[in-house]
Amino acid sequence: MDVVIGVTLMLAAVTTGSLLILATPLAWWLARSRSWLTEVVAAIAALPIVLPPTVLGFYLLIALGPDSPLMTLLHPFGVRTLAFTFTGLVIGSVIYSLPFAVQPLRAAFEAIGEPPLEAAAVLGAGPLDAFMTIALPLARRGFLVAAILVFAHTIGEFGVVLMIGGALPGKTEVVSIRIYQLVESLRFGEAAGLAGGLAAFSFLVLFTLLMIERWDGRRRV
Amino acid sequence: MSGDAVIKAQLRRRLGSFDLDVDFSVPAEGVTAIIGRSGAGKTTLLRCIAGLERALGSLSVRGEVWQDAGGFVEPHRRGVGYVSQDAGLFAHLSLRANLRYGLDRAGKRPGLAFDEVVSLLSLETLLPRSPAKLSGGERQRGAIARALLSRPRLLLLDEPTASLDPEARRELLGDLERLHRRLDLPILYVGHDALEIERLADRTLVMHQGRAALQDKASGRPAAMAALERLSESEVRDLAASALMARL
Repeated sequence: MDVVIGVTLMLAAVTTGSLLILATPLAWWLARSRSWLTEVVAAIAALPIVLPPTVLGFYLLIALGPDSPLMTLLHPFGVRTLAFTFTGLVIGSVIYSLPFAVQPLRAAFEAIGEPPLEAAAVLGAGPLDAFMTIALPLARRGFLVAAILVFAHTIGEFGVVLMIGGALPGKTEVVSIRIYQLVESLRFGEAAGLAGGLAAFSFLVLFTLLMIERWDGRRRV
Repeated sequence: MSGDAVIKAQLRRRLGSFDLDVDFSVPAEGVTAIIGRSGAGKTTLLRCIAGLERALGSLSVRGEVWQDAGGFVEPHRRGVGYVSQDAGLFAHLSLRANLRYGLDRAGKRPGLAFDEVVSLLSLETLLPRSPAKLSGGERQRGAIARALLSRPRLLLLDEPTASLDPEARRELLGDLERLHRRLDLPILYVGHDALEIERLADRTLVMHQGRAALQDKASGRPAAMAALERLSESEVRDLAASALMARL
């Protein structure tokens, strides 16, 4: 039982960390570029909100399976397939939750506006310097919101992880799938315990982060 | 006006229907006031000089080329201080950290020490505060101190007193006068208040519909008549009127 919880938390943590790193440059570009291409990319990045998880999971299963062109490229490195592996799960979760990181980060970067960045430039800060010392700290609420959403969304995932994870116990089986299987085999008591634990844990995470945000907001005023 | 001690600008910038087209050379010392109606292009000119807008043409300050046909020096390499109407202190940093921001990036350029600037603008007790807890006048003084500590070669002030009440305005003007005497730092000062200009300016650049003409403080008449040749008669009348306003 604790293994399945461990896999779930690990997946949510790794997904959140990877997404914050990957989504930051993308959101920055979306917020700053004036090209119409940004909206094409923004639409693609928002697709996982609209697509049914099973559709996304199906495409990922094909792409990460042993015969896909993508995996053929990895064969020389000893990787045959990422389907039904934890790495595959992380890749799937990252793509599935991408919009939940990109949207709040883009909004936060856009809210900063030009003036602080121009002020940093005339004070001698190059673009990367200004990004690290001005844009990132000013957008920290956006990062907090993105982290909350991605973490919660990943814990609540079902369709995608079922399709590409295959629910291998100890490797790719997560809490939401275990609950489904317990219910299917009519073990309602165990299902209730796990479901209640998941609900309580999710509440605690969200509550803690919201309290941090509240405290941070007070401090700034 | 010989040698390198000048600010030489020949800049063109089109923004929608607005056209900035200036060609002037002013001594790179003391305060040069820039006056003109709103929409005359004063802020655009300062932004072009800071490198925040990309104008065509050339610009050099004390012999150092900031842009010409061959290149464009990015704003963070110009060593220019720029204070806008709304101060623009960083909201996530204390006043002290705001002041250090420019100083830490000024390299080896000579200039006033931290404590000196802080006392010059009477900021000692305000250093730990966050910008949100400063008054409008305190924020402006903070922004000017931050600009000075970045050891600028040229200071651009865009109506720094515009958003202040009369009391804070008088104080800031006093500070600026002291700075002016204390520093060997050329200042371009956009203002609209005739009294301010009278007190601070060594010369005045009059702007009208994107054009600029220099006016000597002593003579009170536009000196660079060549720059005016392209203006129509009524434009020249307007210009003379605003120049007169500045003298009042």
